[in-house]
Amino acid sequence: MTSMFAFDMPWAGEAGIRLAFALVAVLLPAGATVYLYLFKMVSFMQSRLGPMEAGPYGSMQLLAEVGKSLQKEDLFPAKADRTVFALAPYVVLVSTFLLVVAIPFGPDAYFANLDTGVFYALAVSSISVIGILMAGWGSASKYSLLGGLRAAGQLIAYELPLVLAVVGVVIQAGTLSLGGIIEAQATGEIFGFGGIGNPYILTQGIGFLIFMIAVQAELSQTPFDMPIAESELVSGYMTEYSGFRFLMFFIGEFASAAIFAFLASVLFLGGWTLPMFVTDLLGIDWDSQWFNVVGPIVMLTKMLVLTFVIYWVRFTFPRFREDQLQRFAWKVLIPISLINIALTGVLKVVF
Amino acid sequence: MGLVPGLLKGLGITFKEITKTVTKGAETVQYPHEKEDPVPRARGVIALHEDNCTSCMLCVRECPDWCIYIEGHKTLAPPRRAGGKPRSVNKLDRFDIDYALCMYCGICVEVCPFEALFWTPEFEYSEPKIADLLHDKTRLGQWMETVPEFESYESGAEVKAKKVPR
Repeated sequence: MTSMFAFDMPWAGEAGIRLAFALVAVLLPAGATVYLYLFKMVSFMQSRLGPMEAGPYGSMQLLAEVGKSLQKEDLFPAKADRTVFALAPYVVLVSTFLLVVAIPFGPDAYFANLDTGVFYALAVSSISVIGILMAGWGSASKYSLLGGLRAAGQLIAYELPLVLAVVGVVIQAGTLSLGGIIEAQATGEIFGFGGIGNPYILTQGIGFLIFMIAVQAELSQTPFDMPIAESELVSGYMTEYSGFRFLMFFIGEFASAAIFAFLASVLFLGGWTLPMFVTDLLGIDWDSQWFNVVGPIVMLTKMLVLTFVIYWVRFTFPRFREDQLQRFAWKVLIPISLINIALTGVLKVVF
Repeated sequence: MGLVPGLLKGLGITFKEITKTVTKGAETVQYPHEKEDPVPRARGVIALHEDNCTSCMLCVRECPDWCIYIEGHKTLAPPRRAGGKPRSVNKLDRFDIDYALCMYCGICVEVCPFEALFWTPEFEYSEPKIADLLHDKTRLGQWMETVPEFESYESGAEVKAKKVPR
């Protein structure tokens, strides 16, 4: 990021700017997806208009909700483990912020260029399990505890297909760095045709499908929402939370949905760069400096498309039973992703 | 139908609903700005036609929630014919319905033998204080303006109504 500035920033100034950008990178996609999909799209699916009063077409509704949440009393259940209960939402939110660090938004617009970005992102994303278990245990409520345990079981089960689906991409790109994966997609060729590069959704379609299903489960969105099943567990591990702490869970849930979509668009949809024939038309390289400005917009568009699919699925299907959920992960997704890895390895050697 | 086509069909249904709402508008109305017409015989609030009430207390006794309060006294009304005796009538002092208790069962309207209680479709009488939900006889009388014309029953309804002993 330092190359964006002509002068040397002091360390604190650079850190401050990075923090501000990280806040934007977490809160803007979260707010956009909540308004577009949670408020509006689900309303349209149910033949209603959704929030219409706060701002034009209800676009300020989220601010109203945040204001309402901030006014609420910070409640602790009488028998709650207060430290654990208070810390849990921070752990969940921190995992979201740590995840955004690895994601590149342009050739120089990244928070940290990690050589093992994929490994880091997948490792950090599982920290939220700890926060959810803390919330479930600290609440001292049977609903929360059941929700927390279900969440732990589910997130651990679906972590595996998530990781295994990405392994195919890593084998094909030959690098663990997210920037390197984007480069491999932008400069790649499909059977000698390089017009659109090689977005891995084409060659790793099965991996993409498994990745998106696993993301759906990691976010405990509806077909996999056993941990927060509101009709049986009254929101599971979030039951006892109110006000600001609930807001943090809420932001964490929707921001991580957006950030997983960012990750999926980096891994499978070509990341921040435009297809080769567009860049040729504009007369710029695939990693031209322009992409520091255009890249975030491209990423945001791809993120909105992927989150649309995530919420479309979420608001269409009923939820799995607990045993179906585990069976689906262990007996369907993991074998398929293992076969996918083997096939990718064979084809990598052949071609 | 296989598993995957079924899932895709489900996605198609919700997507069709999105496009329908976006292009043709929602089924719902934006309440404070526009209102739906009340359904026939809607149970909004109970109106009192005070002149018909004889304070016979039937509605009070039938009310499952005990939310009707009646007080009255006997008084002498002028005779019907010239030179006749003055008639003894019941004058209504108090007729309150506590809408904080009322469960809108309509038994009081059904049981009233003198056609003094009526359903009206008005529903916008919520109050910040629960005590203000107690409507006195003046307030209940004001609702009379909103009582709709009696709508005839659906065909076949009369036959069934006769079987119920009144």
